[in-house]
Amino acid sequence: MLLSQSPAATHPQLPTSSSSSRRTHRSAPPCPRAGAAPAAAASLLPPGLRAESLPRHVAVVMDGNSRWARARGMPSAFGHEAGRHALEETVRLSRAWGIRALTAFAFSHENWSRPKLEVDFLMGLFERVINDSVAEFLRDGIRLRVIGDCSRLPASLQRTAREAEEATRSNSQLDLTLAISYSGRRDVVQACRSLAEKVRAGLLSPEDIDESLFAGELETSRGSYELLPCPDLLIRTSGELRLSNFLLWQSAYSELFFTDTLWPDFGEADYLEALCSFQSRDRRFGRRNL
Amino acid sequence: MGKPDETMTTGVVATLLKFVRRCIIAVLSYGPMLGHIAFIMDGNRRYAKVRSMKEGTGHRMGFSALIASLLYCYEMGVKYITVYAFSIDNFKRDPSEVQYLMELMEEKINELLEKRDVINKVKCKINFWGDLDMLTEPVKLAAQKLMASTAGNNGLVFSVCMPYNSTSEIVNAVNELCAERRDIAHKEHLGNCNGHAANNGAHSDISVADLDRHMYSHGCPDPDIVIRTSGEARLSNFLLWQTMFTHLQNPDPLWPEFSLRHLAWAILQYQRVYPYLEQNKKLAKKQL
Repeated sequence: MLLSQSPAATHPQLPTSSSSSRRTHRSAPPCPRAGAAPAAAASLLPPGLRAESLPRHVAVVMDGNSRWARARGMPSAFGHEAGRHALEETVRLSRAWGIRALTAFAFSHENWSRPKLEVDFLMGLFERVINDSVAEFLRDGIRLRVIGDCSRLPASLQRTAREAEEATRSNSQLDLTLAISYSGRRDVVQACRSLAEKVRAGLLSPEDIDESLFAGELETSRGSYELLPCPDLLIRTSGELRLSNFLLWQSAYSELFFTDTLWPDFGEADYLEALCSFQSRDRRFGRRNL
Repeated sequence: MGKPDETMTTGVVATLLKFVRRCIIAVLSYGPMLGHIAFIMDGNRRYAKVRSMKEGTGHRMGFSALIASLLYCYEMGVKYITVYAFSIDNFKRDPSEVQYLMELMEEKINELLEKRDVINKVKCKINFWGDLDMLTEPVKLAAQKLMASTAGNNGLVFSVCMPYNSTSEIVNAVNELCAERRDIAHKEHLGNCNGHAANNGAHSDISVADLDRHMYSHGCPDPDIVIRTSGEARLSNFLLWQTMFTHLQNPDPLWPEFSLRHLAWAILQYQRVYPYLEQNKKLAKKQL
């Protein structure tokens, strides 16, 4: 059983409730506040960004590839290839600006309903991207992780992903998580199943289950290095004002940034706009500012 | 400091406003009408501060805005309204503010119980979603009394989240489901010992529907839109499980300023993207 990383333990300055109830869910919020992003020297940051108020973990919903391609009279594959370049650029910028973790929603569980041709193309694209990027990840200190229901992925993609994760395991400059065949609700359900099994086996009682323990069972908490499961900033492109079942639990306190820009067009200017917007937000986590 | 519904009940101006309101509602009814609106009522304190009012005044005006919105929604045919009245995180605020809010909630709940004109007008069924044991005893009793007295109503369903956290709601559902499965397994084990066949209830895989059954929102459809006032763009641990396909809006007005025109605009925004939302919902439900 993994040691669950309680945010209160990793960030002792967060106040905890003094309620004397037997239920321990009345504790610090499940996601810690953004603090200083390490690594980046102030000189590397573009004007307008301050290192001490950058998000530590950014999540992106890469929406709009198909629409981008359709607008150019091209098949959706063209849009997905362009989207790949936008992701590579976002990874590069995140690392340069000292953002600690980046999670990208590459393929949702609902996307399995798309035409088979498109789905097969995407699976092939993911495999190529991961294969092609491993050398760069090793050079740039990027640690890769893939989350999602891997049982539906082609065996070759599963193998490629596991090998890339293994190869980059000791990197520490940027944690890059690709969510492929991922669903926030299914993540919650699998965590519940895992806990129900432990209850059945007599390893714990239902009353022992609190937010910290539950969060430790989610896919984003897997791996002994995961200290930042919750995004501080969640960016969604292409003008969709929805979360669409991405990082359901983990985005409880995330600042949301919606942009009309389609994902393949998402570049440095758009990323800068999102980060500047984040900097101007007043994050209170239910409390008042003093 | 007049309440919105009071200004509308007298005079020529009032009649004119009523006519305009009916026109707006008629226009909106041409498009698809939503079934469930959820509100994060943010900005009460800032409203009072900006106007140099006593701090509690903002919350009182916020309550008036809530009742007004409830009545407008009812007129438009919205069947479910949910509001984030008090987050579990809000207990971390200054104790004097928490106490003020508890007293205000008790006062308003009792007001609804005694006057009943609002409840009777919309045949309101009121639910409280949250861990009521965390509330002070008078508030908890008043809330339970209000729920009991409106349980038989079949009009608008008004769900008040207090004190509420979505993550707490999910953990609560997980607790209940795990306990339920453990009890079923225990009964089956006893049954096996007595020679009865197992019905496999404890061993079938837990599903989305199983967890859904234990959520406070069970029986209520997912919200079509969540409106968070005062321009903040975050959910702050509100209805995370239920907002998979929900249209998120964050208009700038502070909650006490939220009026019919803001509500109408919100609904128009929703109606504009409705075909696309429905298409995505259908595709997604194939995979659930």
